[in-house]
Amino acid sequence: MTDKSGTGMTDKSGPGMTDKATGMSAGDQAVGRSRRLRTAFAALGMLPVLILLAAGFQIMNPRFLTETNLLIVTQQSSINIVLAAGMTFVILTGGIDLSVGSILAASAMVAVMVSLVPEWGMLGVPAAILVGLGFGVINGLLVAYIKLPPFIVTLGSLTAVRGVARLLGQDTTVFNSDLPFDFIGNGSLFGIPWLVIIALSVVVLSWLVLKRTVLGTWIYAVGGNAEAARLTGIKVPLVLLFVYGVSGLLAGVGGAMSAARLYAANGLQLGQSYELDAIAAVILGGTSFVGGVGSIWGTLIGGLIIAVLSNGLILAGVSDIWQYIIKGLVIIVAVALDRYRLQAGART
Amino acid sequence: MTAAARIETERQPVLEMRHISKTFGPIRALQDVSLTVHAGELHALMGENGAGKSTLMKVLSGAYRPDAGGDILIDGTPVATGDPIKARANGIAVIYQELSLAPNLTVAQNIFLGNEPRRFGIVDRDQCNRRAKEIIARLGVSFSARASVSSLSLGERQMVEIARALSTSARIIVMDEPTTSLTSRETDRLFEVIATLKSQGIAIIYISHRMEEVYQLADRVSVLRDSGYVGTLERADLNASRLVSMMVGRDLSAFYKKDHRPPDSKRAIALSVRDISDGNLLKGCSFDLHKGEVLALAGLVGSGRTELARLIFGADRRTAGTLELDGKPISIGSPREALDAGIAYLTEDRKELGLFLDMSISDNISMGVLARDAQAGGLRDFATAERRAAKAVSELSIRTRSVQANAGSLSGGNQQKVLLARLLETEPRVLILDEPTRGVDVGAKSEIYRLIDELAKKGIAILMISSELPEVIGVADRVLVMRDGTISGEVTASEGQPLSQEAIMELATGAAQG
Repeated sequence: MTDKSGTGMTDKSGPGMTDKATGMSAGDQAVGRSRRLRTAFAALGMLPVLILLAAGFQIMNPRFLTETNLLIVTQQSSINIVLAAGMTFVILTGGIDLSVGSILAASAMVAVMVSLVPEWGMLGVPAAILVGLGFGVINGLLVAYIKLPPFIVTLGSLTAVRGVARLLGQDTTVFNSDLPFDFIGNGSLFGIPWLVIIALSVVVLSWLVLKRTVLGTWIYAVGGNAEAARLTGIKVPLVLLFVYGVSGLLAGVGGAMSAARLYAANGLQLGQSYELDAIAAVILGGTSFVGGVGSIWGTLIGGLIIAVLSNGLILAGVSDIWQYIIKGLVIIVAVALDRYRLQAGART
Repeated sequence: MTAAARIETERQPVLEMRHISKTFGPIRALQDVSLTVHAGELHALMGENGAGKSTLMKVLSGAYRPDAGGDILIDGTPVATGDPIKARANGIAVIYQELSLAPNLTVAQNIFLGNEPRRFGIVDRDQCNRRAKEIIARLGVSFSARASVSSLSLGERQMVEIARALSTSARIIVMDEPTTSLTSRETDRLFEVIATLKSQGIAIIYISHRMEEVYQLADRVSVLRDSGYVGTLERADLNASRLVSMMVGRDLSAFYKKDHRPPDSKRAIALSVRDISDGNLLKGCSFDLHKGEVLALAGLVGSGRTELARLIFGADRRTAGTLELDGKPISIGSPREALDAGIAYLTEDRKELGLFLDMSISDNISMGVLARDAQAGGLRDFATAERRAAKAVSELSIRTRSVQANAGSLSGGNQQKVLLARLLETEPRVLILDEPTRGVDVGAKSEIYRLIDELAKKGIAILMISSELPEVIGVADRVLVMRDGTISGEVTASEGQPLSQEAIMELATGAAQG
């Protein structure tokens, strides 16, 4: 972002020249504030779209903006937002993780199967997360150390892990009507569903890692310029291993959430094409597909847009077929508008 | 010019380029250059890196359109400029350094690529192979027209390029540094082919930095310097010192700063490099770098300077040789290890390999020391980053409104200072600077020279790669010259005798031996 527009950020020490640190602080603060504002604006770039969509659906069906329906929307979006958070880490490095839907299915299978073990049922949750982490680490090792293209590695694991998920239950649906951790999927805390609490916690934690830790800065650096990062002494393979590990781990969390909500898991159907919704949420959120630019708040809004669209179209009585067409078009138009807006403003 | 004019009256030149100028915005790449080439002649084109040779050839090939007032005449007739297809039809062919063949296709397919003989609209493969065979026979080389190019050596691939030029009935063939990647046997083979081409009346414009080749081949030599035409020598008048002075002949600007004392032999050695190789270009390079010394690494583009720097820094893999820092052997396998040992490297390509353009100046400056600055739990210490950035901005006079601005918003000179600041934050003992003033305006240049001087005074050992000879002479205490992946010699200043540009040029081009 360049400061060409100059509104409210004129440096008091002179036009464009800061010779001494003393003259800088005042102008620096002004620019710092303005930069934060712009960053926020860029991150919230899709917020108007979300508000417009909500308003539109409300006009079409007054049931849309009711407490019950909004809870449904947020609950429906929660699993996708968790997956999209992990996807944000990966896409920020310029990579992609196509395997999250399959990992979610395998993790959900494990969650339900472990929950059936007498006395130890609660271990289903950590087991699911560990399975997700394991698959993520395998992706990461292949990308970071064998240096295979992320698209190909995760396309392979998309297929292979789906097979593992089916194998786990001998290609049947596993049930547990007495799931010990079913509160995750169906309970609430102070009226807020646990699913929503988990999704928001994941978003806040992701923000903390990306924006407040050294590792987070390295992730942006690797995505912005991997070779420069290496020459700066950043251990690029470790950073890549981390992001794919996080993506897998969060897919595992998603698996546990899904199992807890459904009391069941099916290796064949569960999580089919979830990776596409997660990628769509990240892209709608303004994260650059080539890496280095983007934010987790954008991903949150992107995930909500997708959920609002699905829910609103159902309430408006639009047929299943047209829902697909409209969702696809909205994603393209929204991103096109975003690009146009950014070009009109300044380079990011 | 008088010599050229004499020949001109005798016979019609095949090519005349008259008053060619070319500007790119404010940059003047060529200024009123004229060149006359005769049929059957090998005309060598010489000059330092950036003198304008490649630009002139791009004008000839139609890749660039010259500024108004410049003409190209073939057989005395003005031809259209700035049109590669017409240039090719006029018999001009250029063989570039980086060969442009499709390795998965056969020799014949490559020769006729984009120009296939057809019958009923379909590529006539038989005719293709037959004509390719004829052309190959004309060159006197031994590979088959049906061989896959991927199975050929580099020298043979070059023959395919020449065959392709002949297939379009080229009468003027430009060869840009054709021998750089050839073995000596392949080079001999190429020279034989060149002789054949000349006997067939084809004119060759031959760009080379190598004196011995020019001596061996050239009928005439034209020299370019600083985008302008210097002069043309007849074969009979060729002599090394005259050529070198034509190529260099500049006065030194006054803005270099060299206050630090040149190290005497008693000064401690900071970095000792012994016989390091990369298994590719570099063959056993050795040198010592003293504390507080500015040692320049000169040489032509492609001589291996950047490769040597990257090898020392651990950016590429070393296949042989050892490094010693302050007398102790060190093993460096990655940039991280080099930085930890106290060796920092400034890349020559700051946009592609150096900066994070979408990140703030502050983040860019602190990027190498984030882990060192981190608070408990790996949290960023933003206050320290701000402090480092503010200090760098004031000490290196980086012109920006805010350290929170993106690095991409800065000018070239200020970007370079940000990159330098990042290196200095790692507190290096050995600093390798690769073209530290490339793409930097004059003001920032002199500031960078002053900074180099100050760092040397503090005792930091500096290895500076530079393609600008005046800069090398103005800044360095001692000069190593590289050629073909080895250190071909050293130039030192003696009592009252400054570093000599001529000596450096001779070592870089191999004129000393030739």
